[in-house]
Amino acid sequence: MISRVVKNVEEALRDVKDGNTLMVGGFGLCGIPENCIAELVKKGVKNLTCISNNAGVDDFGLGLLLQTKQIKKMISSYVGENDEFERQMLSGELEVELVPQGTLATRCMAAGYGMPVIFTPAGVGTEVAIGKETRKFTFNGEEKEYLMEKAFEADFAIVKAWKGDTAGNLIYNSTARNFNPLMAMAGRITIAEVEELVPAGELDPDHIHTPGIYVHRIFQGEKYEKRIEQRTVRKKQ
Amino acid sequence: MLDKNGIAKRIAMEVKDGMFVNLGIGIPTLVANYIPEGINVVLQSENGILGMGPFPEEGKEDADLINAGKQTITLLKGSSIFDSAMSFGMIRSQKVNLTILGAMEVSENGDIANWKIPGKMVKGMGGAMDLVASAKNIIVAMQQVNKAGQSKLLSKCDLPLTGVRCVKKIVTELGVYEIVAGGGFKLLERAPGISVDEIKNATAGKLIVEGDIKEMSV
Repeated sequence: MISRVVKNVEEALRDVKDGNTLMVGGFGLCGIPENCIAELVKKGVKNLTCISNNAGVDDFGLGLLLQTKQIKKMISSYVGENDEFERQMLSGELEVELVPQGTLATRCMAAGYGMPVIFTPAGVGTEVAIGKETRKFTFNGEEKEYLMEKAFEADFAIVKAWKGDTAGNLIYNSTARNFNPLMAMAGRITIAEVEELVPAGELDPDHIHTPGIYVHRIFQGEKYEKRIEQRTVRKKQ
Repeated sequence: MLDKNGIAKRIAMEVKDGMFVNLGIGIPTLVANYIPEGINVVLQSENGILGMGPFPEEGKEDADLINAGKQTITLLKGSSIFDSAMSFGMIRSQKVNLTILGAMEVSENGDIANWKIPGKMVKGMGGAMDLVASAKNIIVAMQQVNKAGQSKLLSKCDLPLTGVRCVKKIVTELGVYEIVAGGGFKLLERAPGISVDEIKNATAGKLIVEGDIKEMSV
């Protein structure tokens, strides 16, 4: 067994530098690597390019790194309810590349599968397609135009899982899975923080979502707030 | 005239037994509340769920279990969870039968704009571009007239597009429309208490009215 364990978040992020490109897992505030984001704020690395579906909210998730102006460029699908993100984008302080969500996910996947490009129908005929190659393919009996999109290249992928073992194998919980397994496969160096780190052999190999080969560094997060963005409930029946 | 719930209720009548359905944020989310008894559908949420259920009871919220609108939800029996690439894989490969989403503008040839007002409002497209580029059956839920009284059913969209020639049907506070081949909003039904003339005044694009238009039953 090759151990992937690092002592703590400081060691996991030891060589993240100014100007790096980071993939950051999560959807909204669900399944985000809270401990790594806090450490990036503490570390003060700047001019980061972040590939992440959202940018958290004003005071949590990647929103924290926006507030401190550590992010130069965001590659995301949805600005959503993050006012600071929208403000920095409209004022031109922050460079933003908006990417359709499925394209974002598949560009991560392509990187992890070793494929340089994908062809997708998403964005054909819109401003997303400007400057990009399109091709017509007949597929499933239908001729359609497809847009060529490149696999992402990231210095680091930072993901969050529910359980992990010392060999770096990961299991996600519920919809906190989202982009995490795709990004885990796609980083030049992948860093995983987990709620519970167990010895190799304790997780059923059949239940692993991300094999340890993709995970270079793993540690157990100190604490998890797991904030809920939209708490919606119904009355007790 | 229909309110938001009325629009949702009318759209729910389009949902057929055995369908896998993706509901967008806003009015489309409300459609789930009106799916008739005895109709079995599976709701897909593009963050990675098939078999989405209602909101949890108070105290049972789970931060790890949310829908694409980031709301806490529950899972129904037979549900499954998957990553975002697979989620859009089933959308792109047209396994998801019906997409219901909101719009800021729709054109008479079925173009849709719903993600950006240049210089003013940028929410991002989220999964909307992927959904409209691939779905076979797309129904739009929207307000036909904006606060300034201008029609949002246009001959050509002014706002940046989300997708081209993709919308099949539109349900608004005033009526139900079908986009016809060659272009045009074919009026299928009127909302309760709304006349064809009122609809004509609220439609900037090409409106097609054939014969007697019945009032919808919701």
